[in-house]
Amino acid sequence: MPEKLQKKYGPDHGEDGIHSIQKVIEPPKGSTKHITRNILIGISALFLLVMLILPLAVVVVNALKEGWAAYSAALLDEYTGKALQLTLLATAAAILVNTVFGIFAAYLLSKFYFRGRELVATLIDIPFSISPVIAGLVFILTFGSVGWMGDFLTAHNIRIVFAVPGILLATIFVTFPFVFRELFPVMNAQGKDEEEAAGLMGAGGFTIFRRITFPHIKWALLYGIILCSARAMGEFGAVSVISGHLRGKTNTLPLHVEILYNEFNTTAAFAVSSILVILAALILIARNLVEWKTK
Amino acid sequence: MYVEMQHIHKTFDGFRASNDVSFGVEKGHLAALLGPSGSGKTTILRMIAGLDMPDSGEILLNGVRVNELPGSKRGIGFVFQNYALFRYMTVAENIAFGLEVQKKGKKEIKERVDELLELISMKELGKRYPNQLSGGQKQRVAFARALAPNPQLLLLDEPFAAIDAKVRRELRAWLKEMIEQVGITSIFVTHDQEEAMEVADTIIITNQGRIEQIGTPEDICREPQTDFVADFIDCRRFQLLMAIK
Ligand SMILES: Nc1ncnc2c1ncn2[C@@H]1O[C@H](COP(=O)(O)OP(=O)(O)OP(=O)(O)O)[C@@H](O)[C@H]1O
Ligand SMILES: [Mg+2]
Repeated sequence: MPEKLQKKYGPDHGEDGIHSIQKVIEPPKGSTKHITRNILIGISALFLLVMLILPLAVVVVNALKEGWAAYSAALLDEYTGKALQLTLLATAAAILVNTVFGIFAAYLLSKFYFRGRELVATLIDIPFSISPVIAGLVFILTFGSVGWMGDFLTAHNIRIVFAVPGILLATIFVTFPFVFRELFPVMNAQGKDEEEAAGLMGAGGFTIFRRITFPHIKWALLYGIILCSARAMGEFGAVSVISGHLRGKTNTLPLHVEILYNEFNTTAAFAVSSILVILAALILIARNLVEWKTK
Repeated sequence: MYVEMQHIHKTFDGFRASNDVSFGVEKGHLAALLGPSGSGKTTILRMIAGLDMPDSGEILLNGVRVNELPGSKRGIGFVFQNYALFRYMTVAENIAFGLEVQKKGKKEIKERVDELLELISMKELGKRYPNQLSGGQKQRVAFARALAPNPQLLLLDEPFAAIDAKVRRELRAWLKEMIEQVGITSIFVTHDQEEAMEVADTIIITNQGRIEQIGTPEDICREPQTDFVADFIDCRRFQLLMAIK
């Protein structure tokens, strides 16, 4: 019996008769901390209710206010379908580009040492610190008809601003750092010993990545992709600036919601919003699955 | 394999990690690179393995200059300081990796893996993952993995550093025996002089990127060539050791 206890609680590091884990997980009896704890829980619950649960409930209630028929009509509307398609396309583009780029960048910055590493890492974070609206404006100033690439693009009949390519670019831009940010710490902590060991045995770059690096980063990668998709689907600011709001052409779901709302078409606006809520819920479930899996 | 380093220099961002390093290790010998922390031991080992390039000087293996030869073509087995076992592969897969990369046949790989598992007395543990092994077991797997492709030179970076003192002694004796049994030229890094004295045929003493002295344990105790060596090496312990032997 004493042996069992010893195992469960680990060694008595402090040599004060209290085993290490016990110190952490079992608070002293009759603690007055109960009140503090309950107040904190209460405040948190209230905060969550007002800030998260109530607004989401409002979306659902308003969406269904005029009955199921109105709700499904709003969802089956042609422009809603187009907007959903564009949102999914932009999300897919963001995932594809940022996954490839994120893996390359994280691999480069964690496995090789060169001057300016920190600078590159900081640059990658720019989309997080810059306002999305400004990001959109930057694209207009670069690729728009008045922009410095404008003449070239017009001459070759390429449309970026107020067109689908602009939407894709803006979405990719704002979701740029997610995958990198999830991968970098994991790859950095792994060090490069295993890769070097494999390299010394004659393995090529791709084999090393597939058999050594990838198994180590796959959950972090998936997590980064999930965060990236969540942000890509919800992006409003940058996309709004560059879209031009052409219905059925350059409207994403969030933009479509805004247009409907501004037309006092509240029910439809909330109905379309509910698609985003459902997508968000799916992403949240996926995220929790990944978190649970990596524990 | 006969190893020779000639006038090797290596700097990292202006810091001299190797300063005119020259030494040779004869075929079949077991040499120890001994020196205080930061004295450039790992740097020397990594240059022999081709993981780092010297700024100047020559690295000769069996008399052939290999400076430009990639590490994977030098016929070297490397045991990393923290073993660097592939954590998502089983023990058997770890040992098989080098052979798979060389596109050896399935049957040949299996035979070699079984043979090595037997050598390190871990026949039953082939299906375990590295995190299910003790420190000493990991060390043995790292050793087997390095030996699998039949290298001619074995390099070991602080092979016992992560193992507690009691197991260390046993493992040290085991490793010496294994190396003798396989008959492979080996160089190992350590900052523990007792370890170097007990295991190595030749000791190479490093300090601040330079080689202070090269010789057998007896030579070094009898005639320390520099003040640093005289100060660094504690020969009372060694003499005691010899007396016990
Ligand atoms: N990649 C690197 N970049 C910069 N400096 C380095 C690099 N590798 C080694 N050094 C420096 O070179 C010196 C020698 O390092 P080395 O790792 O060879 O020492 P060591 O003798 O193996 O030490 P230890 O016993 O602590 O492992 C150290 O001062 C270290 O800081
Ligand atoms: Mg070292």
